[in-house]
Amino acid sequence: MIALSHLQRLEAESIHILREVAAEFQRPVMLYSIGKDSSVMLRLAQKAFHPGPIPFPLLHIDTGYKFHEMIAFRDQQAARIGIQLLVHTNRAALAGTNPFRVGVSRCCQLLKTQALLDALREGGFDAALGGARRDEEKSRAKERIFSVRDASGQWDPKNQRPELWNLYNSRIRPGESIRVFPLSNWTELDVWQYIHLESIPIVPLYFAALRPMLVRGDTLLSPEQPFIPTLPGEKPRLVRCRMRSLGCSPCTGAIRSDADTLPKIIAELISFRRSERENRVIDHDVEGSMELKKREGYF
Amino acid sequence: MFARAAEPFSIESFLAEEQSKDLLRFTTAGSVDDGKSTLIGRLLYDSKAVYEDQIRAVKRASAGELDLALFTDGLRAEREQGITIDVAYRYFATARRKFIIADTPGHEEYTRNMATGASTADLAIILIDARHGVQPQSRRHAFIAALLGIPNIVVAVNKMDLVDYSHAVFLAIEREFRPLHPRAWFVPISAREGDNVVRPSRRMPWFQGPALLEYLETVPLASTGELSGPGFFRFPVQRAIRTNHGFRGYAGQIAAGLVRPGDEVTALPSGRRARVKSIETFDGRLNEAAAPMSVTLTLDRELDISRGDLLTAGDPPQVARSFAARAVWMHADPLTPAKPYLLKHTCQTVSATVSAVRSLEGDTADRLALNDLGVLAIETSRPLYFDPYGRNRATGSAILIDPHTNATIAALMLVGAEGVGQAVPPADRRMTGKTACPTPVTLLERASRFGHGPAAIALRGSAARKLERLLFDRGANVAVLTHWDDAARVLVESAGLLALVTGHSHALPSPGALPADDDAAAAKALAFLLETGIL
Repeated sequence: MIALSHLQRLEAESIHILREVAAEFQRPVMLYSIGKDSSVMLRLAQKAFHPGPIPFPLLHIDTGYKFHEMIAFRDQQAARIGIQLLVHTNRAALAGTNPFRVGVSRCCQLLKTQALLDALREGGFDAALGGARRDEEKSRAKERIFSVRDASGQWDPKNQRPELWNLYNSRIRPGESIRVFPLSNWTELDVWQYIHLESIPIVPLYFAALRPMLVRGDTLLSPEQPFIPTLPGEKPRLVRCRMRSLGCSPCTGAIRSDADTLPKIIAELISFRRSERENRVIDHDVEGSMELKKREGYF
Repeated sequence: MFARAAEPFSIESFLAEEQSKDLLRFTTAGSVDDGKSTLIGRLLYDSKAVYEDQIRAVKRASAGELDLALFTDGLRAEREQGITIDVAYRYFATARRKFIIADTPGHEEYTRNMATGASTADLAIILIDARHGVQPQSRRHAFIAALLGIPNIVVAVNKMDLVDYSHAVFLAIEREFRPLHPRAWFVPISAREGDNVVRPSRRMPWFQGPALLEYLETVPLASTGELSGPGFFRFPVQRAIRTNHGFRGYAGQIAAGLVRPGDEVTALPSGRRARVKSIETFDGRLNEAAAPMSVTLTLDRELDISRGDLLTAGDPPQVARSFAARAVWMHADPLTPAKPYLLKHTCQTVSATVSAVRSLEGDTADRLALNDLGVLAIETSRPLYFDPYGRNRATGSAILIDPHTNATIAALMLVGAEGVGQAVPPADRRMTGKTACPTPVTLLERASRFGHGPAAIALRGSAARKLERLLFDRGANVAVLTHWDDAARVLVESAGLLALVTGHSHALPSPGALPADDDAAAAKALAFLLETGIL
């Protein structure tokens, strides 16, 4: 008799999903955001096709504003695993676009959403695997594991396919694509436990260290990008902090923390009373902002 | 996420604790205004599964006191309409167990959504408003839960605060619902006030049971592995894995049973046999693996195996191109008989047509519309290798896809090969709760008591007498009939009878060739009844 833990059950489900994608689509791609969820998804892909190679490339949408440490980690991981890495940037928009000049939502729209849609269209990808989880945000709670996007990349929450058992409908019309979320049923705590148990490499920014930060009330902002406006006399201060989730450096707040090991991060997490996206500036616009972004084609 | 005392934290003991946690998936069903969103909000809030910033956002949006329903009422459209429109998944954990909730809405679209949530659920919570009692919808919820094969049912009688925590009200509802699902567990709660949800209530001292959450934490889960009987193994092949170094393996998720190196398996459709050489994973080779693990198997000889094939051991699966299936119709486009559809079963997709339809609401019908339940006779372009849904969900379930719109249009619970459809007569209207109940005893009540619905099989007389005894001892409502005609059919269908027909009755399903010995024949016929899901 084999009693499976919840993590083993989640792992088995995710591997099944990854294999279905490889089997049923002509040209799948795995969106790799370099974050902890992407790291887990990449490990699950290694498991799904072992001892063979992962039968699809990685795609990173580089806004140009990611933390430098993320980019270094990305290249190092792809080389280590020996997987093809595609990087796409909306170069045309990058020159005049930053969150302070055009606003957070416009910046995201051009450098993330538009860049993603362009990359998927140019690459001819019919399925894009993403590391989103349903526990991240309320509008994600209703997302399917196989989520159809129309020819313009948009999501219609009122017209989703019912999804029963582990029978995924992968049929699409020309021009449509499917976003697939193998980690749908994982929680943030599940992801961290799995990273710990499996010794999965993650970007060092997740671990607490002394880092130069602009301190604005409760918000800690990285001064990495030169366009970050500073107040008169404001200088970065060394703060012991870490990132709870990773994104673009101008829009990702750090949290004060001493958690410099995985056990400490997990300990911190289970004492935490704030959701992981709270420190992401992008979600601060309006209630329901994630759903609006998704309708427009954001992942 | 859950709160922990401020004691020295040991990750080792925490992870060890976590490792022992299993996973319970449950679904919730209730009519509009039964307080379902409030109950889920209460479970999440009281078990500290919501974050401070989420609580702040809900406080801002609440008029007056904290509106717990706002923790789950996610999408703009549904917030504007004040109802949930789709299945939403929630996650929480306690010190004992992890939970996934499939939260399904209560309005008229609920059949398809509840079926979706129920398809992966180990347990269903059916909510009943204490003020209104058992509604037609409650009956239908019980019916859908049974149809989708959910092992555990909880009936939560909510809004007890609005009936002065009356024991009599609770008892009356329990008495009325109990026959619909004899193994259901009943609990009186007030989701708004928190009574018996996470903590036992002092306001209902007459209730001796645990609070709802404690029940959810401790209800035994069907264990994996030997669930379907010793030696029973099902492995749908998802993908062949080959490498340049000559490795050849078959990747898939175990659908039933247990496998060890050395086990003999049969590959379908070829019927060729081989022994399992190794169970390969990224983390090394395994000595055994069980459902629902995802693994890669290598075999001791080359068989021509590809995606959609089935590796099997133990009782053979049914192999058929035409078979009966119970269906939940999930799309606004109604069923069109003879129209070519696609059917996805395990890892294969085949063409399928529906030749005959019987509505679970009543008579023979030629159409099935959104949220209807029915029994279909299906023909596929290639044979399926399947088990009755009642025996194994993973190899007994399928979906229908419209090849023109690509929509998923129906959920199918396979019953058995052709002819078995005859043994699945229509349930009457009373069973599904759609219309008023003209007689005091419903078919569902009969089925709940006897453990079977109305059915008839053909059998030789001497074996039928032996089987009659066996079935009677099991509590069945059984009778031996010497002939089969319309009058007999009406009798069987109205009395929920299990008829063993000894006369000339080619139209009925039969267990096939039987041993000469009557005891052995009766045993084989009993196995047939179990296998086909009649019992």
